[in-house]
Amino acid sequence: MAEVPEHLLKRSAERRKALGLPGGEGADDASAEAAAEAPTPAAEEAAPIAASVSDEGAITEDKGGVPAHLLERARKRKAVLAGEDPGATAGGGGVATATKVAPIAAPVGTGPGGHTQRLLTVVKSGSIQQTRAEAQDKVHTWPHLLVVEFAAALAMTATLLIFSAIVRAPLLGLADVNQTPNPSKAPWYFLGLQELLTMFHPMVAGVTIPGMGLFILMMAPYVDSNPSNKPNDRKFAISLFTLFLMFWSVLVIIGSFFRGAGFNFVFPWNDGIFFEL
Amino acid sequence: MANGNGSNGNRNGGLKLGARAKEMGGKVGNSQVVTSIIRPGSIFRKGYTDSPRNRSYVIMNSVLYHLHPVKVKRHAVKVSYTLCLGGLSFFLFILLTVTGIFLMFFYRPTEAAAWSNVQQLETAVWFGSLVRNMHRWGAHLMVLTVFLHMSRVFYHGAYKAPREFNWVIGVVLLLLTLMLSFTGYLLPWDQLALWAVTVGTNMMGYTPVFGSQMRYALLGSKEISGDTLLRWYTLHVLLLPFVIVIFMAIHFWRVRKDGGISGPL
Repeated sequence: MAEVPEHLLKRSAERRKALGLPGGEGADDASAEAAAEAPTPAAEEAAPIAASVSDEGAITEDKGGVPAHLLERARKRKAVLAGEDPGATAGGGGVATATKVAPIAAPVGTGPGGHTQRLLTVVKSGSIQQTRAEAQDKVHTWPHLLVVEFAAALAMTATLLIFSAIVRAPLLGLADVNQTPNPSKAPWYFLGLQELLTMFHPMVAGVTIPGMGLFILMMAPYVDSNPSNKPNDRKFAISLFTLFLMFWSVLVIIGSFFRGAGFNFVFPWNDGIFFEL
Repeated sequence: MANGNGSNGNRNGGLKLGARAKEMGGKVGNSQVVTSIIRPGSIFRKGYTDSPRNRSYVIMNSVLYHLHPVKVKRHAVKVSYTLCLGGLSFFLFILLTVTGIFLMFFYRPTEAAAWSNVQQLETAVWFGSLVRNMHRWGAHLMVLTVFLHMSRVFYHGAYKAPREFNWVIGVVLLLLTLMLSFTGYLLPWDQLALWAVTVGTNMMGYTPVFGSQMRYALLGSKEISGDTLLRWYTLHVLLLPFVIVIFMAIHFWRVRKDGGISGPL
């Protein structure tokens, strides 16, 4: 059976409750139906015809609020099928029609529950419908995603505001081209490159390596032909990228904290930190 | 309740006032001006009750929320999946734009004025120091969040088909973020700025074939000078933000076109 969305089930339950119908609080339909049908045989045997008719009407309405005019039409149709003349009953009104219909114990084509239709077969949707994509488990962006985003933005603003209120951004003396500070350091994100400068020719350290790095980074999706995104299937890619991250992090940390005057190697706990953000 | 006649407005004035305000609100709310501004179906026109339809309308009728689809995959809502890094990078960009505009009111990109302007900003302008701090720390933080966002995307394999090109745009965005940060680094015109930029741009001069020309074009002179300051100021406040906004628009648009957020793992 297809899954009925939760909000529809909820709405249906509320509506049923409001109408005073069974099933509102999860009562099973079978028992409710059985209870409703119980009076029928007794009424047909003993009670006067009119009473039987009124009973029948009440029963059908109990079963799910079938509109009165449809019940009326169904009764007329049953009468025709039973060989009655519809013309005779047309002008008669409810009670007159019922008088003639009532004696027929079981109208032709009526099933066990008084149903006039029968279920021939159930065709599962998969066999006749072509589904292109699997249905995905989705939630509404509002409120589920927007609330998270709002909280994140708020937290970020608060953090930045508080941090900025406490920690002052550096402002050294006026720029002077004749007075080179020792050491001179690039911004922290370039300190990895400056660190490479101590090992390689400036062209290799400043142009070739970062250029190649960026190029490889851009090419990554075209080089990596493994379609899986499961960590277990991509151990090589993950190791390589982690190595890449570690390489740059270590270089940046060394460049930031372990380089002192003359960009020589120092230990920050011995010689202090030569680092400004 | 009928309250059209103003003659008995003095009696039970409180009740009348409330009803009248309601009627007035109805008149304003249904006027052509308001209905032309607020889209049909907007919750601001017909009120909000929690229903799937209204949840969709909240997104559909807002130009900002419209960046998002009406529904997202359930796992995308988990903070532990994205850590909000991409969104926070974008949010930091907005914060930096706002604080940056404030700083522009008090700054002249000239050799003579730049440094003293920044110092006056710190000492003589209301909230000047706070806003400058926010701008600087926010900029460092944005470099970090963009970088972490890239790492997150890699570890989730989110650059794989059909998202290859969006990864390439992402790398460009990382590069633009670094350039924005680096051009901003020079603007205080203090010793830190001058020499950090000197070290950074010296490396660029070693680019084969057209290295020195490229360096000259970027600095506006042989060495860093007032011309460099003006040039980098223009790059920092105008050209690079303009370019990065275009790339961000493509980046966000591609996220949706390529089927939303990747995963689940």
